[in-house]
Amino acid sequence: MNRTYILLGLILAVLLVLPLMLSKYMLGIFIMMYYYAYLGQSWNVLTGYTGHISLGHALYVGIGAYTSVFLAQRYGLSPWIGMFAGGVLASLIGLFLGFLGFRFGLRGVYFVILTIAFAEITRLIVSHIDALGSFTGIFLDFNPSFKNFQFKGNIPYYYISLGFMVMSLIVVRILETSKAGRFMVAIREDEEAAKALGVNTFKYNMFAIAVSAFMTSLGGCFYANYIFYLHPNTMFGMSLNIELILRPIVGGLGTLFGPVVGSFILTPLSEVSRAYFAKGGMEGLHLVIYGIITILVVLFMPKGIIVYLKKWLKPILSKE
Amino acid sequence: MAILTIQHLTKKFGGLIAVNDLSFEVETGEILGLIGPNGAGKTTVFSCISGFETPESGKIDFQGQSILKKLPFEICRLGMVRTFQIVKPFPAISVLDNVMVGALLRENSVVKAEKEAHRIIHFVGLEKMKDTEAKGLPLPLRKRLELARALATKPGLLLLDEVMAGLNPTEVDELIKLIQEINREGVSILMIEHVMRGVMALSHRVIVINYGQKIAEGKPDVVVQNEAVIEAYLGKEFINAKSA
Amino acid sequence: MDSALALQLLIQGILLGGVYGLIALGLSLIFGVMGVINFAHGQIMVMGMYASYWIFVLLGIDPYVSLVAVAAIIFVLGYAIQYLVVNRILDYPEAMQVLPLVSTGLILENIALLLWGPDHRSPQTALGLDSIWMGPVMVDTSRVIAFSLAILITGLIFLFLKKTTMGKRIRAASDNRTGAVLVGINVDRINNFSFGLGAATTAAAGCLLVPIMPISPYIAHDFTTAAFIVVILGGMGNLPGAMAGGLVLGVAESLSTLVLPATLKQVVSFTLLIIIILFRPQGLFGGKK
Repeated sequence: MNRTYILLGLILAVLLVLPLMLSKYMLGIFIMMYYYAYLGQSWNVLTGYTGHISLGHALYVGIGAYTSVFLAQRYGLSPWIGMFAGGVLASLIGLFLGFLGFRFGLRGVYFVILTIAFAEITRLIVSHIDALGSFTGIFLDFNPSFKNFQFKGNIPYYYISLGFMVMSLIVVRILETSKAGRFMVAIREDEEAAKALGVNTFKYNMFAIAVSAFMTSLGGCFYANYIFYLHPNTMFGMSLNIELILRPIVGGLGTLFGPVVGSFILTPLSEVSRAYFAKGGMEGLHLVIYGIITILVVLFMPKGIIVYLKKWLKPILSKE
Repeated sequence: MAILTIQHLTKKFGGLIAVNDLSFEVETGEILGLIGPNGAGKTTVFSCISGFETPESGKIDFQGQSILKKLPFEICRLGMVRTFQIVKPFPAISVLDNVMVGALLRENSVVKAEKEAHRIIHFVGLEKMKDTEAKGLPLPLRKRLELARALATKPGLLLLDEVMAGLNPTEVDELIKLIQEINREGVSILMIEHVMRGVMALSHRVIVINYGQKIAEGKPDVVVQNEAVIEAYLGKEFINAKSA
Repeated sequence: MDSALALQLLIQGILLGGVYGLIALGLSLIFGVMGVINFAHGQIMVMGMYASYWIFVLLGIDPYVSLVAVAAIIFVLGYAIQYLVVNRILDYPEAMQVLPLVSTGLILENIALLLWGPDHRSPQTALGLDSIWMGPVMVDTSRVIAFSLAILITGLIFLFLKKTTMGKRIRAASDNRTGAVLVGINVDRINNFSFGLGAATTAAAGCLLVPIMPISPYIAHDFTTAAFIVVILGGMGNLPGAMAGGLVLGVAESLSTLVLPATLKQVVSFTLLIIIILFRPQGLFGGKK
């Protein structure tokens, strides 16, 4: 166990000094790695640990992004605060979705469809609200300052996104070892049995979706202030719903490091191949490759890459 | 004094009456066997008592309190826990983690719950398997795990649904000892069982139901001589043949 | 309210609803047999639309004529997807079943993008601009043909399921998988065939849409979700329900444009969907729960 912490400490130390030697482009890739690891981890709380499949988590990303940007533009509220307003709003909407889903006992595919429906309805409604930029979206003005959550260059974003990812790991680690986390896993494994053993499944389901929605929406605020542009189709759309779940599944669903491992493998692959193929006029090819890889991983490593990584690291980590 | 009182319990599924005006009591400290042919409605009785099904009519009181409107998890908290006939382990987590879920009901501290889980795993004899994923256990051990998890919730009344089915005679004998020990520690037990060896060895009293109705009640050795019981199990022809 | 307009929308809704029903029939068939939701359904349909489009542009064969050939091509595609991917994930937990099919959709969509670009294409087919009077309202001929053919194809598929040995096997597997295995049906082959048939059905529906609406890789998502909605309306795995659900969705979407902008019509269908899964999960037409 100690060796695990030493290894993690070393990795973190490397990641902390990395900006000194990386180009702006490479920094951008790392930022996306951390960002998607963070989103994947947030989704993992609900789907990986509690077992309810959400294919509509873009909903919370969009809420986080739009809420913080709206509050900043309209009322000059710092995104650092607006972020939490977005988080609370996302939690509330998550709780409403959860209330419908869990009270009415929606299982499997039905729950999936409920999550898609919520995300799509929100996307369509936001597309028709002028105050939220309607179909054209919202462009953010660039006023770099810490208060505005906007910075020159990529280095501050690098550290913020790294901080997000590390925080999410800590939160999920605490959750995983807590009573609530153990009850969530029990629900995932067999909800009826959990009920018979006295677990208030409704309460813990609601807890899981609230935490997951809250965390996800903070990521949305970060992303909005990183790319300076919000559009309903990219913030709430189906492609983001898919992007979000790929990494934790490939890395290892319901595991602490699965989303991180998945993101560290898939994100660079996606970013580099996107740039490479777009130059050659082959837009879309990177997503084809991407799709093939994820299918292969699910077919041949259904427990995720993390299992193989653990096996491989075992000799190093298990020596006393 | 009765720990569980059931009065005029009726449960229907569509047109089928699974439990029909059934009344009985479980005395504090006793082991009560609930037997009857397949499809007699035994498991439905369990599901009603433990809150998984809502009966059409009747009263269910646990420790003097009505539990008719209570949800399964609330009933478990009050001190009555069930096992499932088709065992429901948490498949992808270890035996220890399985039992800890039960232990965490009475214990907020994860460390203390783990200690308690260890104690119970030792008690039911699953120590060697404590780090195995539950799906890797053979059936007899899964049944023990089901029992261990239920015990971890510190029940006053334990509902056992065919925990001996599919076990060989040696395993049955081991389980009999274990259940006797649980009972000696003060846990009342209501059990559905087909394995007569277990029923005869354990039950202080037996209730026999057929078509959802009680057809006999009493000491196990007396009940199995009862004509109505023999008829329910073996059919009228058997009795006619015997008396002829 | 303008009653002529309402009638016009009603008829248009019914006509398009028939095609929705056919798309959903394929999805429901696949779900019925294998219990998996085909998240690549719209993408498979769009592949069919492109096939139909290119046959028309290159060979000048009308989509209504090439329909059988296109269905055959997409049958092979569906068969391959089942053989390569879906057969291997049938025993997976649901969360793990979602991703491979979503990824399959992603692959198909981007192959289309790669080969034919993001632009909307609408071929000028023979009947594309014709219209006829139906009582007091005027409707596009292509929509009337689409509806009629959709009903005809649905009928043929039911006939196939009822009368042929393969059809009976499919129904058996759909009814009771284990039972089908026990009586010696090769379920793997049934699976492959069913997915192929489901894909061919949606491709046929795609062909009917070619003269009606522009094709682009990006319309696939909307049809995947529309198919979900229809299947839920009609009841999962309930095949006659799929056609009825299609009509309901078509009419609901069409009439909603009386009060809402057309771009919001999907809000109506998604809301309908949520209400159904909460209060009638067995579908509008399913008797038992």
